[in-house]
Formats: sequence, structure tokens, C-alpha cells
Amino acid sequence: MKTIYLDNNATTQVAPEVLEVMLPYFSELYGNPSSMHSFGGQVARKIQIAREQAADLIGASPEEIVFTSCGTESDNAAIRSALATRPERKHIIISRVEHPAVRMLCASLASAGYRITELPVDKNGLLDLENLAENMTPDTAVVSLMWGNNETGVIFPVEEAAAMAHGRGILFHTDAVQSTGKIPINLQESAIDMLSISGHKLHAPKGIGVLYVRKGSKFSPFLIGGHQERGRRGGTENTPGIIGLGKACELAAKNMERENTEVKKLRDKLERELLKKVPQSRVNGAAVQRLPNTTNISFEFVEGEAILLLMNELGICASSGSACTSGSLQPSHVLRAMGVPFTMAHGSIRFSLSVYNTEAEIDFVIEHMPAIIDRLRGMSPYWTSSAQACSNN
Amino acid sequence: MWEYTDKVKEHFLHPHNVGEVENPDGQAEVGSIACGDALKLTFKLDENKRIKEAKFKTFGCASAIATSSALTDIIKGMTLEEALKVTNQDIAEYLGGLPQEKMHCSVMGKQALEKAIENYKGAPSIEPGAKIICECFGVTDKEIERAIRENNLTTVEEVTNYTKAGGGCGNCHEAIQQIIETLRNETKVPAAPKLTNLQKIRMIEETIEREIRPSLKHDGGDIDLVDVVGNRVIVATRGACATCKASDITLKHFVEHRLRELVSSDIVVEEVAK
Repeated sequence: MKTIYLDNNATTQVAPEVLEVMLPYFSELYGNPSSMHSFGGQVARKIQIAREQAADLIGASPEEIVFTSCGTESDNAAIRSALATRPERKHIIISRVEHPAVRMLCASLASAGYRITELPVDKNGLLDLENLAENMTPDTAVVSLMWGNNETGVIFPVEEAAAMAHGRGILFHTDAVQSTGKIPINLQESAIDMLSISGHKLHAPKGIGVLYVRKGSKFSPFLIGGHQERGRRGGTENTPGIIGLGKACELAAKNMERENTEVKKLRDKLERELLKKVPQSRVNGAAVQRLPNTTNISFEFVEGEAILLLMNELGICASSGSACTSGSLQPSHVLRAMGVPFTMAHGSIRFSLSVYNTEAEIDFVIEHMPAIIDRLRGMSPYWTSSAQACSNN
Repeated sequence: MWEYTDKVKEHFLHPHNVGEVENPDGQAEVGSIACGDALKLTFKLDENKRIKEAKFKTFGCASAIATSSALTDIIKGMTLEEALKVTNQDIAEYLGGLPQEKMHCSVMGKQALEKAIENYKGAPSIEPGAKIICECFGVTDKEIERAIRENNLTTVEEVTNYTKAGGGCGNCHEAIQQIIETLRNETKVPAAPKLTNLQKIRMIEETIEREIRPSLKHDGGDIDLVDVVGNRVIVATRGACATCKASDITLKHFVEHRLRELVSSDIVVEEVAK
């Protein structure tokens, strides 16, 4: 059975070009970039190139790039650094739809005495900037808002938010794990102080991430050790990962146009056709302010895990915001923050595409999804009564 | 991804007895769309008062559908007395087991069965004297008690896995903990202790010294053994632990866990009043 992979917000395929440039650093080029000999030094030069490639993708300077192990580490390092460098400030602003890497960190900081404000979102998942303005105080150390939401793809106006924070002397961090490579980012022209990237979301391998730290800003390291990354992140470099990420950033810059044309076109077709073919379904998240590869669709009166497992029988990979898939008993915090009714939230499916998806794959999904939903609705005690109620109207 | 048995997958992909029995003798609906799973069970009896036909309609995950299918298979041909003896464990075993987090699906099956039989007998569908403990999922104290007794549950987390109680806002965690403790005291078997009190105290001391203190000290905290009364181990926290808001979690999840593992499974750690 062929795999149709529509779960690219969870992780992505390592691009063949990326794998190719990485391989020598697992074998013959195993030198430590910190070594004095040229055997190690040649690796250091490659890391420098990767740093330039990563910087180029986001309009930054190479010395503003700190390589980390993942997006979560970048998020943790950014927020903790903001607090460490402004010890007199005890307030943090985030949103209710942040990734657990930010939300759970802040929950832990709350028990250590910090005050956390979680900004609400509207039914389309959008943020009210006036609300941000009202919540910033002289005690606020950092505002951390995600650029693109992992579950819905909704884009926050982080550049405006960063400018507002800067105007009040507050640091601004953004989790750009989902948006990097999908929408243009130019940090030279923005007030963003720190930005997190994860390699495996843009066709680099797992285990490599980036934290962008604006030139001239104070930074307190999360991992303390050697002088690597100019003392901003101790620990011997993940050389194959860094070199792979550099290549992935170069590819992402080249593919940005395709993401916003080809991928977007396939995403739009999938969304349009599913809504047309499956009654009582809807999209969760704003139509315009959305990453080009993501659609989150709710199928009412059926449950997400059951949908996913029937899709799995056909080799189709996606994810769900239903309670049963997370192991908790409540549906996704993102959908709940948006006020998506429980009847819809439990049956939500996220499709996230990449440049490797084909139109034939999307057609296959469009062809088979209606039968999957029908089959489960046929078993659901809510479906008949609801369908009847509708036909009576 | 959940580790489902082949039998669960089989019953999910090809469920038996989907639908509703016409003119049923007994029927029940449990769960709700808000909590993510719901089951409607209908059955019909034959002339010998045995279940001739049983059908289900389920909204829920793969294991909710599989347990509903299994339930209808199990009870067909049974008398109502026999059917009432079917436990959630029987349903789970029929399927070759369920992941811990999915045990509530089997409990839902058991509840639907009981309610449908009560419906046949014309009995009230709400248990007399039962009190709602978990407001989020509408779970009563009786349901929680039954799940604890039948499955030997010892923690709030386990109760949540089996009944969903406590899985929402979390306000009822304390009440659930109290039910667990009440039942634990009730069922305590006065079996001959394997250790003398002195031996037990010595073991507790050693365990704290060797297994617990070093890691607390690592975080700037410390712990002192104050007293041992039966299975209650009374301790005082010092240093960073004394002011740490998470210290009661440390006591429950680390200190008590370690002592239960290494000394005796019935130990309860308490902190001396500050």
C-alpha cells in the first residue's frame, strides 16, 4: 500500500538533497569543529555555511543564529533567557493556542511565581492586538506568540505585535516552527528579538533546531558548557544535523514560491471538495490568514481517532484534535480556545501538505473520505436524529 | 499511536451488530457527545428470557466501537442475570486487552448494559443514593467506587482512565482521592505483617537515606522522617522543599512511590503540619 503523507505539520520527509549532504558527517568527516587540526576545522567551515543558509532564509545575519536540538529547546531557551536577563520583571504574555513547548513551560513558570497572561483568540483563531496592548505592563518581561498555528495554520500578526512590545521595552519571541519556509520572514525589517525554528518541519532531520537571537540583545544560555555557539549553547555541535538544516533552509527558500502556489492549490482543492462532498463539515481557522499547506476540517457527529484509523487502512496519514488521539479526555486546546463546539472538535482532522504531495494523492483522499465519514456516521447514535432534524427544516 | 490488539482492530473495522433492534425489550444511552463517546444499546429477549438480539450505535474512537461490538457478541444468548455478571474486565479480556487510557470504553459498555437491563425491568435509571462527583463527565460516586473495586485502582489517574471522572477541569480530584482512600481503608486485610514495626521503620529510614535524600539534596531540598504510624509515614520537608509549591507532588509521586516500591505497597506519605 502506498503511503499518502498529509501530516507535514507533525514532521516532514528529509529531502534527498539534505540527506546527501549530511552523510559524510556521519562517516569520514567526523571531526569536532572545535578542534585545532584542519580535520576538525573543515567541519567548522561547513557549519559556518549552514549558519549563513539558515540566516538567509529568515533575513538575519549568521551571528544571530544559534543551533539547538529542537523547536522546544529554542522556545525554552528564548523565554528563560528573557526572564534571566530582566530579573526584575515577573510577567509573561502568551496566547491560549501556543504549542505545549511554550504553554507547559509557562505553566511551570507560573508555579515558580511568574504571572502568565494567555491572550484569547476569536472563533477564527485570530488574535486581537488591542487586547495585547491592554495586557502589556512595566512588569512584562517577554511576549511570546506563535507565527503560524500547528493545528489550524492560522497566522498571527507577529511583526505588528513585536513592534508594539518593543515600543514598551518588552522582549518579543515567536515560535516560527510551522511558518518558516512557508511564508516570507525578514527579520532585518522586524522588531522580533528571538525566533524558534525546528529542522524536521522543513525537510531537515529531527534533532536540530535554531534559535534566532537579535544582534546586540542580552542572552542567557539555557545549556551551559563549552564555548560552542559563542557561549550561547554549550555542547558539541550536531554536525550532520546542522549541515542538513542549512541545506534544508536553502531548499525552503527556493520552494517558498511553490508552497504558496502549487501546495496551496492542492490544499484548497482538498478543502473545497471535502466540504462539498461531506455534509455537516466545516473548516476550523481563518480562510485568509492561514499557512498555505494546512487545513483543519471538522466532520460533525464522528470521532477523530476512528476517522484516522480508517484513513490509515488506506495509507492516508493525518492527525486529529480529538480527545481520544491525545490520550487526554478533552479535545485540542486550540479548538477549545476558538470555541469550536464539542460535536465538531471531536471530529476534527488536520491535513498538512508539502511540496512532495501530488494531485493524484489529493484526488485519492477526496474520493475516499466521504465513504469513511458515512461509515462512521452510520454507527453514530447522533447522526440519524440530526440528519432528520435537518431534513425537517 | 495506540497499541490495539488484532481483536480490537477486527471489531473496529468489521463491527458486529451495528444498529438498533426494532421494538426493543430494553434500551439505554450512556455517554454524551461532549465527552467524546456515547453508546446506545438495544436488546430483545426470546421466549426463554434469553437475549436473542443485541445491537449498538456508538459515537467514539476505535476502542469504543470495538468494545460495543464485543459487548453485543458476549451477551447474546445470556439470561439477564448472566448478563448482569459481565464486567468491564470481561469485555476488555474478550478483546485481548485494552490500553489503560481506553479502559473507560469497556466501563461505558458495562454501564449501557446495566442501564438497558434496568430499563427492561422498569427500574429507575439513576442509582438511588448516587451523587455526581465529576461534573464535567457526569460520573457518580457509585460508578467510581465500582470501577475502583472491580479493577483494584489506586490512583486518581487510574480512575480517570477507567471512568473519565477527573479528566476535565480537575476540580473533583480531591473527592476521587477521598473515595480511593475510604475504599482502601475498608478493604485493608489485617493479614499478618511481614515486617515488625521496628524492621519497617529501619527500612523506611534506609530507603530515605539511600534512594530519596540524595536526589532531593540535588535540588537544594531535604527530608526528615518524623514518625511511622501503621502504614502512614510522616515526614518533614526542609530546605528548598519546604517552600516549594510542588513539594506535595514530590511527596506523592516520588517519595511515596519509592517507599511503596521498596518497603511496602500500602505506605501513605504525609507531611507534618508546618
